[in-house]
Amino acid sequence: MAQDSGTRTLISQAQLQRGKGKAVYWTLITLTVVIFTLVFIGPLYWMVTGALKSGQEIAQTPPTLFPKHPETQNYADAWNNLNLAKLMFNTFYYAIGAVFFQLVFDTAAAYALSKLRPIFGNVVLGLMLATLMIPAMVVIVPQYVTAIDLPIVHVSMLDSPFAIWLPLVANAFNIFLLKRFFDSIPEDLIAAAMVDGATPLRTLWSIILPMSRPILGVVSIFAVTYVWKDFLWPKLVMPSPETRTLSVGIYAFSGGTPMNVVVAASVIAAIPTVIIFLIFQRNIMSGLTAGSVKG
Amino acid sequence: MATTISFQDTKKKQRGPAGVNLSAGSRTRRGRKLRDNLTGYAFLIGAIFCFALFQWFPMIRGIVMSFQHTKRGVTTWVGFDNFVRIVQDPSFWTAWKNTFYFTVLALILGYAVPFVVAILLNEFRHFKGYLRILVYLPVMLPPASALFLFKYYAYDPSDAGLFNAILKFFHLPTSQWMQSPTMTMPAMVIASTWMNMGAAVLIYLAALQNIPGELYEAAELDGAGLLRRIWNVTIPQTRLILALLAMLQIVATMQVFIEPLILANGAGTQDSATSVAYLIYQHGFFQNDLNGAAALGVIMLLVLAAFSAVYVRLTTKQD
Repeated sequence: MAQDSGTRTLISQAQLQRGKGKAVYWTLITLTVVIFTLVFIGPLYWMVTGALKSGQEIAQTPPTLFPKHPETQNYADAWNNLNLAKLMFNTFYYAIGAVFFQLVFDTAAAYALSKLRPIFGNVVLGLMLATLMIPAMVVIVPQYVTAIDLPIVHVSMLDSPFAIWLPLVANAFNIFLLKRFFDSIPEDLIAAAMVDGATPLRTLWSIILPMSRPILGVVSIFAVTYVWKDFLWPKLVMPSPETRTLSVGIYAFSGGTPMNVVVAASVIAAIPTVIIFLIFQRNIMSGLTAGSVKG
Repeated sequence: MATTISFQDTKKKQRGPAGVNLSAGSRTRRGRKLRDNLTGYAFLIGAIFCFALFQWFPMIRGIVMSFQHTKRGVTTWVGFDNFVRIVQDPSFWTAWKNTFYFTVLALILGYAVPFVVAILLNEFRHFKGYLRILVYLPVMLPPASALFLFKYYAYDPSDAGLFNAILKFFHLPTSQWMQSPTMTMPAMVIASTWMNMGAAVLIYLAALQNIPGELYEAAELDGAGLLRRIWNVTIPQTRLILALLAMLQIVATMQVFIEPLILANGAGTQDSATSVAYLIYQHGFFQNDLNGAAALGVIMLLVLAAFSAVYVRLTTKQD
C-alpha cells in the first residue's frame, strides 16, 4: 500500500527537483496545505470556538475570529440540559455491543464460508452479498415493521439494544472482508491443526483469529464509527429519551435549544470519533481501500 | 452401457474387496460429511439468522406490503392502490425532481473534486499523511454534528454566518442559503460533499498508486504533456474504480435523507428540499401510512435497479 518515493507518478521525480519544477511544486504544496487546512479544519475551528461565544457575539457582524470572552457556559448547558452523559453512555454501549456481535457472528460465518465450506455455502454467500445491492432506504420500513413485531414470537424490539446489534450483524461487507482475509490463510495450517485433533472451533480460536488481528481491528473500528454516525435506524428503534443515541438525542432537542448549545453538544458528540480516527487512522484508511481496489 | 459397467467395476475395486465393509464405510463417510455440514452451518447460523430477519425477509415483506393495506390490525390485498395514491401525491414528483437535482449536482461537484484532489495528493512527496487525515476527518464526524454546524454557523442567512462573512470579505453578494429555494440544493450538496468526499479521495489514491510508473515514462517519452498523460494514462488505468464509485455515489445520493432533515427541517423553503427518502420517512412514520411508504420504497428500488442495469451495460460495453 505504501508508496516508496522512487515510484514514478504523473510527474517525474527529476522534474520536481529541477529549478522551475521545484518552485512550482513548493508553491502548489504550500497552497494545498493552506487551503485544505482552511477547508477541512476551518469549519471545525469555527464550530468549537463558535460554541464558546455568547449569544450576542455569535450574532455580531462581521463575525469575530477569536471569541472575545470565551465562556464554557454553552458546553456546560449542553452537557447538563441534553443529558449528554447518558446519551454518550448509550451510544458507547451500543457501539461495544455491535463490535461484539459482529466479531462473534461475522467471523464465525466467514470462517465457515472460507474454510469449512458446507454444502450450499456459496449460495448463502451469494445471498449475503446480494444485500449489498439493496439500498438502505428501500427496506427501512419493512425492517422497522419487523423490529416492532418479530415474526412468530411477536415481541417488539423497540428500545432494546438488540434492535441495533442484530441488524448490524447482517453486514455483507464484513463477511466479504473477513472471508477474503481467511481465504489467504494457507490450507496447510488448518490441515495440520485438524491432524493434531483440533476441533473447528479450536482452529478458529487458536490459529485463524490470532493471524487475523489487523482485519478484526478494521471491522471493530468500522462498527464503532458506524454506530456513532448512524442516525435514522436508531431514531426509529430507540424512541425513548433514555435509550437515544447522541446524534438522535441532539436532534430531538435541537428544536427548543439555543443554537450555540446545539453546536456545543455536536462538538462533544464528535470528539470520540475524532479521537478514534487520530489513533487508528492507519487501520481505518487501509481498511477502507482494502475492500475496494483489489477486490 | 458398457462404459458405465466398467466405471462401476473400478469404483468397487477402489473401495475395497469386502462388500460388507463397503456399505459400512460409505455410511460413516456420509455421516462425516453430514457432521461437517452441520458444523459449518452451526458457525453460520448467527449470521444467517440476522440476514434472514433484517435483510432477506424485509426485502420480500416490503414488496408484499406495497400491495396490502392494514387498517386497525386487518390486512387486505389492495392491488396497486398504494402506488396510485403515492404517485398522485403532489409531493411525489417534487421529491423525485429534488432527488435527481441533488444527485446531478452532487455528481458534478462531488465526483470530479475527489478525483482531482487524489491526483494532486498523489504527486506530493511531503505532507502526504497530514493532507490525507485532513480530507478524511469530516467523514468521521457524526453527520448530525456536521450538519448542525452548517445549519447554524455556515448557512446563517445574516452577515454573521461564516459563508456570508467570507462572501462579504471578497465583496461578493451574500446569500440566504437554506431560506432561498434556489440555494437550498447547492447548499445541501456542499455540506454533503464536505462530509463524504474523504472516502472517495482515499480510494482513488490507492488506485492511483497501482498505476505502473513505466506507463507515464513511456507517455512522456512519446511527448505527451501533463493533461495528455492524465487523459491517456491516469483515467484509463483507473477507469474501473471511477465507474464503480460513480455508481455507488449515485445510489447513495439518490437516498439523500439526513441533509434535508437537518439542514432544511425536512421539506425546506417552498418544498425545495423534500427528497424521496424523506417522503418515505414522512409516509411511514408521520402519516402512519406504512404501506404507502413500502410502495414508495419499491418504486425507488425499481428506479435504482433500472439505473444500475443501464449503467453497467453502458460501462462494460466500452470494452
